[in-house]
Amino acid sequence: MAITLSGDQAIPGPPFSSRLTPAQIWGIVLLAPYLLVFLAFVVYPVGYGLWLARAPSNYVALYNDPIFARAAVNTLIFLVIGINIKMLIALFLSGFFAQQRPWIKWLSVIFILPWAVPSIPTILSVRFMLNPEWGMVNHLIFSLTGDDGPNWLNDPTVALTMAIAVHIWKSLPFWTLILITGRLAISHDLFEAAEVDGASWWQKFRFITWPSMQTLYVTCTLLSMIWTLGDFNSVYLLTGGGPADLTHVLSTLGIRYLRLDQLSLAMASIVCAMPFVLPLVYFMMKRLSR
Amino acid sequence: MKLPGVSEFSWRDVAAEARLLLIGIPVFLWTMIPIYHMFLFAISPKEDAFSGKLWPDHPTLHNFEIVFRQQHYFLRDFYIQFWNSLVIAASVGVLTLVIATAAAFSISRLKVPGGRVVMNLALFTYFIPAAFLAVPMYRTMGNYGLLNNHWSLILAMVTIASPYAIWVLKQASDKLPVELDEAAVMDGATTPQIFRLVYLPLMMPSLVAIGTYAVLLAWNEYLYAFLLLSNDREITLPVALGNFLAADDSPWELLMTTGFIYALPPAAIYYAFRRYMVGGLTAGAVKS
Repeated sequence: MAITLSGDQAIPGPPFSSRLTPAQIWGIVLLAPYLLVFLAFVVYPVGYGLWLARAPSNYVALYNDPIFARAAVNTLIFLVIGINIKMLIALFLSGFFAQQRPWIKWLSVIFILPWAVPSIPTILSVRFMLNPEWGMVNHLIFSLTGDDGPNWLNDPTVALTMAIAVHIWKSLPFWTLILITGRLAISHDLFEAAEVDGASWWQKFRFITWPSMQTLYVTCTLLSMIWTLGDFNSVYLLTGGGPADLTHVLSTLGIRYLRLDQLSLAMASIVCAMPFVLPLVYFMMKRLSR
Repeated sequence: MKLPGVSEFSWRDVAAEARLLLIGIPVFLWTMIPIYHMFLFAISPKEDAFSGKLWPDHPTLHNFEIVFRQQHYFLRDFYIQFWNSLVIAASVGVLTLVIATAAAFSISRLKVPGGRVVMNLALFTYFIPAAFLAVPMYRTMGNYGLLNNHWSLILAMVTIASPYAIWVLKQASDKLPVELDEAAVMDGATTPQIFRLVYLPLMMPSLVAIGTYAVLLAWNEYLYAFLLLSNDREITLPVALGNFLAADDSPWELLMTTGFIYALPPAAIYYAFRRYMVGGLTAGAVKS
């Protein structure tokens, strides 16, 4: 008697459910809440938003809106100038805070405050400090020089600079903290050996600190770019996008369109940033998910 | 002959210390001025606040009294707004912890199929700029009928907090030895028992860090709160602070007083849990 095995007589495998161990079933159940949140509040909104922004007429409208062009340029200034200044200061300060002194330890505890406290009262506080008539800054300028200080938030260039300063004020502590962690991870022996060889401060930085921190520094800079794109508070609470809508960045512009009930324009302005954001996100995911 | 101790003294050390102070003093001023300015307004009568003095002639707690007694048009709903902030922050903390701990346990300890994909999805969400997600999120909450409902803000903040929470908790879970789970299985423990009796106690420090992170994130949030809530009795404190600005003659000294009160809890929470947070959060933020 010949035993034939043809396709339709294949031995059926166990049903799907029994292929999962109880632990795996628990795994799926425990993962489900996050998946639901992800589907409901990331996938659906993003998909829906992209669908709203699909008409080419939106992009024509954006192209013809001078505020959009200005916002795009401002965003670039924020990213290229603001972030590099911030990260360089953070790199420098991480060296300062890595020094072993009791008073530096105390200062580092205070230094975290801008990051720990909410944006709104502190940024509004800066806003009032820069008030041309009543603000503390112009009062000081007047008492020192006898001249009236500038109208800080009325000139778009100055106002944007101030917004970048506020952004740096708020996020510098976080990045300094990360870079301190990186610095402390460098073996102390290297520095001691360099000291024996009589290396200067700059040589120690150039040949020991920087090579060990380069990757971390670049990663932090890129991550900071992504997050800065999402920083709404620094600009909105300080200038409100003004004067004359000249200090908007893409994040405040999107919200501005949203408040004007132009949701497709709001989405389109964000979609315009995607060719820039997605490569960054891709790169970061590759680096971090290894 | 030099005395011991004096010989330690050298001009080089003094110069080094002076150089450090030359950095330290500007850093201190840069950090503190906006916060000090807020505090100065809170303890100044209106005339002093607007005169640009560095210390008021007549420091007073009167502003705090006005805020706590809700004696101004803008402060009518101070307590309910404070309460809203509190309830929302606490709910976000609890929900984020539940969702992220379950996910991290599932991915890291149970090796659920597709766990890697979920980690990547979470990482992707973590990298969406918050203000960009706000635009479609606003409309979505409208579609779900949740606008002006606290749930909209709670769910939005959980969406934003969970990816990072999962990321940090998963990394912490991976560091726990597998042998613990295996030994528990040998002893006949079921999965929920392993979760409750083995996993949770060992994860406590990371859970404290993540809970604090989520609470602070929600407490400090302005943009989403401002978009998703609008009714005076539903809004959180930061939105109320933002609304102060709409007036022509804003009571800035009251605005700063309320802001100061609003900024105290996060500062206190941060300092209380600093040990956990710095270790737990910075380690997860950037894996070098």
